[in-house]
Formats: sequence, structure tokens, C-alpha cells
Amino acid sequence: MTYQRPFGLLLALGLMFGGLVAAPVVAQNGPLRIEIVEGVIEPLPFAVPDFVAENGAAGEYAKNLARVIASDLSGTGLFREIPASAHVGRISSFDAPVAYGDWKAINAQALVTGAVSASGDRIVVKFRLFDIFSGQQMGEGLQFAGTTQSWRRMAHKVADAVYSRITGEGGYFDSRVVFVSETGPKNQRAKRLAVMDYDGANVQYLTDSRSIVLAPRFSPSGDRILYTSYQSGFPKIYLMDVASVQARALGDQPGTMTFAPRFAPDGRTVVFSLEQGGNSDLYTVDTNSGTLSRLTNAPSIETAPDYSPDGSRIVFESDRSGTQQIYVMSAGGGEPQRISNGPGRYSTPVWSPRGDLIAFTKQHQGRFHIGVMRVDGSEERLLTASFLDEGPTWSPNGRVIMFTRETAGAAGQSSLYSVDITGRNLRPVSSDGAASDPSWSPLLP
Amino acid sequence: MSYLPKAMWLIAMLGLAACNNPDRFGAGGAGGAGGAGGAGGIDSTGLGGADDPRSVAYFQQTLGDRVFFAVDQSTLSDEARATLTGQAQWLQTNSDYALIIEGHADEQGTRQYNLALGARRASAAQNFLISQGVAASRIRTVSYGKERPVEVCSTEDCYSRNRRAVTVLSLGAGS
Repeated sequence: MTYQRPFGLLLALGLMFGGLVAAPVVAQNGPLRIEIVEGVIEPLPFAVPDFVAENGAAGEYAKNLARVIASDLSGTGLFREIPASAHVGRISSFDAPVAYGDWKAINAQALVTGAVSASGDRIVVKFRLFDIFSGQQMGEGLQFAGTTQSWRRMAHKVADAVYSRITGEGGYFDSRVVFVSETGPKNQRAKRLAVMDYDGANVQYLTDSRSIVLAPRFSPSGDRILYTSYQSGFPKIYLMDVASVQARALGDQPGTMTFAPRFAPDGRTVVFSLEQGGNSDLYTVDTNSGTLSRLTNAPSIETAPDYSPDGSRIVFESDRSGTQQIYVMSAGGGEPQRISNGPGRYSTPVWSPRGDLIAFTKQHQGRFHIGVMRVDGSEERLLTASFLDEGPTWSPNGRVIMFTRETAGAAGQSSLYSVDITGRNLRPVSSDGAASDPSWSPLLP
Repeated sequence: MSYLPKAMWLIAMLGLAACNNPDRFGAGGAGGAGGAGGAGGIDSTGLGGADDPRSVAYFQQTLGDRVFFAVDQSTLSDEARATLTGQAQWLQTNSDYALIIEGHADEQGTRQYNLALGARRASAAQNFLISQGVAASRIRTVSYGKERPVEVCSTEDCYSRNRRAVTVLSLGAGS
């Protein structure tokens, strides 16, 4: 049986919207490339044999690195791992020539080889990526050095490089997610801020459960977190430094509720909702000087603001038309333009890091959906449907959306899910128990 | 202004239980403006049951400490106005109490919007009480959005009881 390469081997992303789907670039003799287009994609078969342990202390990492890399790639839905039990070839030396025939025999299109050495609390991880059917290495080999504690991050960096070389897109595996960890019954839910790797590993709790906390958001550099807490008895915005876990109130005005904060791309300005006398409007606060500016002044609810990646515009929800709808305005305020036009209620808009799409929550006929639309509101598509889906957050490369899904009834629970922006690959995200309100960090440095 | 949420909760719990525990925060309903006594004395007063018109239990159970709202609305129904009118009259007589009005939403909405909606509902109740003569300085509002349902099922029967504004009493008016 001959293996038909579906598209050659570069996944070409970003051609998902109607009218823009070009014919896939079939590059039979070109480099490995997967085209990510609308419709069914046959996942690209790959192999990641255990890394070569270059000394005794590296033994425990050799297998684990390969497992994390394989899990990252398979988790995208774009790749399919050929398990070690099916391998014919063995990689016993990192620098020995690759026996392409051994990998062709099991229909692997991509092969990731690697080696690891460890000494004290330091490890060095190397990898190479091979295009089996064209019989050549893809890009240069790379080496990462760091502490043994960060071995998972190094695996994610290898997987990001592999993903990036094959798809032509930035990766998203070496990233973190801040979220709300939930325990207890529905009418007495205890909530704590927590942060974890994007894949659910290394969960770390940032607050105790004495006060309700809501909707944490990462700063553009991932070093700080904005969130809403009831620690004073009233909902107010706090700004936490991730490294020191120290938090301070932000934009607090006596007798008001502040909520729904989000950083501007400058990492200094924060846009948020301030409620006074029952009416919520949008404001900004300078995190250094504390200076407040008012952006909207309407008797309706204005909330859930988010900046465009270039910082020039703000997308937000308002019920000024009678129901929740999505609007875009200049970052300094001014007349907003409504962009949502379908039936139902639209909320929690978030701007894609690529700038081209807005993800949102939609409520229609008793169901909740996560969807995406273009910035002008056109080409809306719903990616999910359930009893309650809400609060999308973008992966650093703008390909994947994570959100909260809550089940119905007295025993209803929240958990995190992710879905590709094409609507494929809906999957639960591990989070060490019930969880809500995810916010995805940028790629780590 | 400083409010003591813990004391407030304790009073709310004692009131619900309608028991006779001594109230270490001073007079409950029955003793009037007892306060914390004179030179270090501690007054001990019964809290009274739901049939004692000056008790917190009476306020909560007989008058009704909460009003309900239609889906996605914050306008007060006739029934809600009647309940709040009763609350206002009681508050004029029992002027030692400050109040926090908690606004709540059902789970059928997104988190931030429900916070804003809960604030609207609390504010609607607050404005009505003020219009009935309760001093604005005695009232604060807080929204819990969909974070604190009293009913946990996912049907309209439960939702209708979760879309509420609850008047929670605490001692220390005008503080």
C-alpha cells in the first residue's frame, strides 16, 4: 500500500473562512507541510521515540520528554502519534544517520529525535525533526538548557518548534493558564485563583478560598494577573504579581463595584467596568499612576471589554439595544459600532492575538455557544453548543480557544474545554478538579 | 463608613434560627437601642421570633427580606413594591439597622453581565426604599451575579427564586 500524502506536509492555517479557502498547496516534492483548512483533516502521522539519555542522570527524562511532546502534538488534533510498539527503527544515538526506510515502513511522515543529558539541577535537551518521505531534516537541530524543574517546559518548546515548522504557525504549548478552581456545592461554591501549564500540569494555587474570586486575566507579558475578588465584602479589582503572589486593589472608588478588568497591550493601562448606582460603564485606569478615565456614559450595561492587539480599539458588550450585543469603539472612547447581528445574546468578546477574529459567548434558544466572527461582525460561526459554555480565551497563536463549560442541575460543575477555531478537536482540559474562567498566557520566553 | 460583614452574617444566621442566644453585638430586635451597655456592661437580649414585630426574624420571614425579578429584568413588580414598602416601614421604626441589599441573577447568563444585572436589581430595591423614606446613608448594595444561588436546580422554578434582591440587616446605622 502506498501512503498518499494528503497535502504535502505543511499545515497551512488561516484559510478557514468562506470564500478564502484556496486550493491546498500540494507539494509532493516540497517540504513537509500540513494545510489547516476547513473540513476533515487526516491527522499527520508522526513518531517520537524516547529521547536518548546521554548520561545516567538523564534516564528519567528521556521517556517523559518524548511523552509530553507526543501529547502536545496529538492534542492539537492535527497530528497522530504512531506508538512505540509499532516502531521498527530504534534511535540509539542522536547523531547517527536516520534510517528513513524504518520510519517509512510504519507510515510516519514526521520523526522527532532527541537527546537529554542531566547534571545536578541542570538538563540539556536537543532535538531534530525529519521529513520521512522527502528523506531530509526539517530545519536545524535545536538545543534547550535549563533546570531539571523546567523539563516539561523544554518538552513544550520542542513541540512548539515541531508544530511551527510543520504548520508554518507559531506554537502555543509553552504557555500557562490562570483560572478559578472550584470546590463545594453550587449554592456555596468556594473559588480560588490557580495557574497551571496549558496542558493541566503543575497546578499552583494563588489565593485561598475565603473570598469569591472571578475572571482572572494575564498581563501581556504573563507576569501579572488581574482579577475580581470579594475580599473586602464587595467585588473589586485586584492586581497580583505572579512571582511574589502579592496583590493590591486597583481603580477602587468608594461605593462602587469594579469588575471585568483586562490589560491593554501596553501592559500598563487596564480597561474595566465600574458600577455606580446600578449602572455599569467602562473606564480605564493607569496601573502606575492610578488615574481613571471614563470611556462610556450610558444607562445600559457596558462590560467585558478587551483591546485589539494593536491597542487602538476596544471590543465590549452592551445591552443598550435591549439585549447583550457586541460593540467596537476607539480605545479612547467615542461612538461604538455594533458588530453582532444574529439572533440571540452576544457577550464576553475577546480579540484574537492575530487581530482578525473576535471570539464570543452566544446565548440563543436556551443554549450557550462559543463562536468566532470577523472584526466587522461578518462570517459568524458557532464552534460549540451546550447547556452553558462561556468566557473564551485565545491560545497565544490564535488557533485554539479555551472556555468554561458548566453542566446543568444541582450537581452541575464547571470545567475547562478547548476547541480549534475551525470547530474541530473539542476536548476537556485537565485542571485538578472543577474549574472556570480560564485566561491563556502569551508564549513563555 | 465601615461595615462588618462577619457580624452581619452572624446576625442573619441567628435571626434565621430564631433562637435565644445572647447577642454579643448588643441588642437584637427586642431590646431596642441597647447598644453595648455602659461601663463595660454586656446586655443580654432575646432576638425574638418571627411573630415579634421588632425582630430580625419578623423582618426576614413575616415581612419578607427579598424580592424577585423577571428574566433579565430589574424593574420591581407590584408584589416586590409591596414587600419593599413593608421593609421601609419596619426600617423607619427600627432605625438602628443598616442594610446591605444583595442583588443576584440566575445562572442563565455570562458572569460579568450577571454581576452588572445583580447590581441593577440591588439598586432598584435601594432606590425604592429611599423613595419610601429610608435614609440613603443606611444602605449599601452588593452584587453576587450568579455566584450565590439559593436554589440549585436548572429549571425556571429555581431560576425564579434566584433572580432576587435580598435586604440583609446589620446593626450600626449611620456609622
